[in-house]
Amino acid sequence: MEKIPKKYLAIIPAYNEQDAIKQVVKDVQALPVNIDVVVIDDGSADNTSGAASAAGACVVRLPVNLGIGGAVQTGFKYAVKHRYDVAVQVDGDGQHIAAEILKLLEALTRHGTDVVIGSRFLGSEGFKSSRARQVGINLFRFFNSLAIGQKITDNTSGFRAYNRAALEFLSENYPCDYPEPESVILLKRNGFSLAEVPVTMREREHGASSISAFNGAYYMIKVFLAIFVDLFKEKTAA
Amino acid sequence: MQIRIQILAMAIGVVLLMSIFQLIRKNRLMEQYSLLWIGSALLIVVLSAWRGLLEKMSRLIGIYYPPSALFAIGIFCGMIIALHFTVVISNLTKEKNTLVQELALLKSEVAELKKRMDSGS
Repeated sequence: MEKIPKKYLAIIPAYNEQDAIKQVVKDVQALPVNIDVVVIDDGSADNTSGAASAAGACVVRLPVNLGIGGAVQTGFKYAVKHRYDVAVQVDGDGQHIAAEILKLLEALTRHGTDVVIGSRFLGSEGFKSSRARQVGINLFRFFNSLAIGQKITDNTSGFRAYNRAALEFLSENYPCDYPEPESVILLKRNGFSLAEVPVTMREREHGASSISAFNGAYYMIKVFLAIFVDLFKEKTAA
Repeated sequence: MQIRIQILAMAIGVVLLMSIFQLIRKNRLMEQYSLLWIGSALLIVVLSAWRGLLEKMSRLIGIYYPPSALFAIGIFCGMIIALHFTVVISNLTKEKNTLVQELALLKSEVAELKKRMDSGS
């Protein structure tokens, strides 16, 4: 008997990305797997929704800006609602390379883990990050590894694939801003398994990062506080 | 000398109580959020009217000038109320986020259905 093919979804959160979003959507659609695309427009002021919709993506437009976590969580809810087996989170700014999605999907099957994170730091190629951010990234690597007993090299990567169980959990439990490092701990502490695969990333072409230099310190403090508090929280029943 | 500050404190407490009552009566303050306010205002009124209790209390915590104890208690009440409000705001934010997400998902679903209906008929 033939196996029923899995339903794949690409979740693309986008905030003021009208110039980049079209290409991102097209690249994902051109992949040799059957993958639907949903763009979560996080209350953009520009024509992100229109551009995404013109490119053929399904668009969910948030009436107010919720921040990256709130946008991505909307994608998780969409995935659960429409019963997708696997969802891949891809940034709307063109930073993630669509072809690398296949690596995430393949790793999810091969490792059998609930989550696969695309890491910039396992491979040697591609854009890494600015020096200031490397400091923060190293701190996350150290503390998160300590907290969960598993080395995750790229805690801030928003290039991830999730299976159904992880999606159901995250659709109810996801930090609203700066969610990536915290969600690594949240997932692991609630019994989900994680794996990393090396991926190449590009430097962004349009738009601005969700983390400006000015917000860098606030970002670190907020995330560390959240992680610290998470360690003392009761396990959330998924 | 100290009678003046006593009267002032009592007046503030009574005005506060009256304002709270008025706000609840006009439906501008929900009862569940007014409890801490009423408690604080009552505490201030009672302590400023009942000299002996205030003096006993301030001696107990080591404050030699009883009216300062009254201020300290007032500030403490304010802090509790502010903390309570932050909890309330956090809940509201969480609920707001969920609503925004559900609304956006529903809107996209409606748009999808409309499109299908238009192309179907």
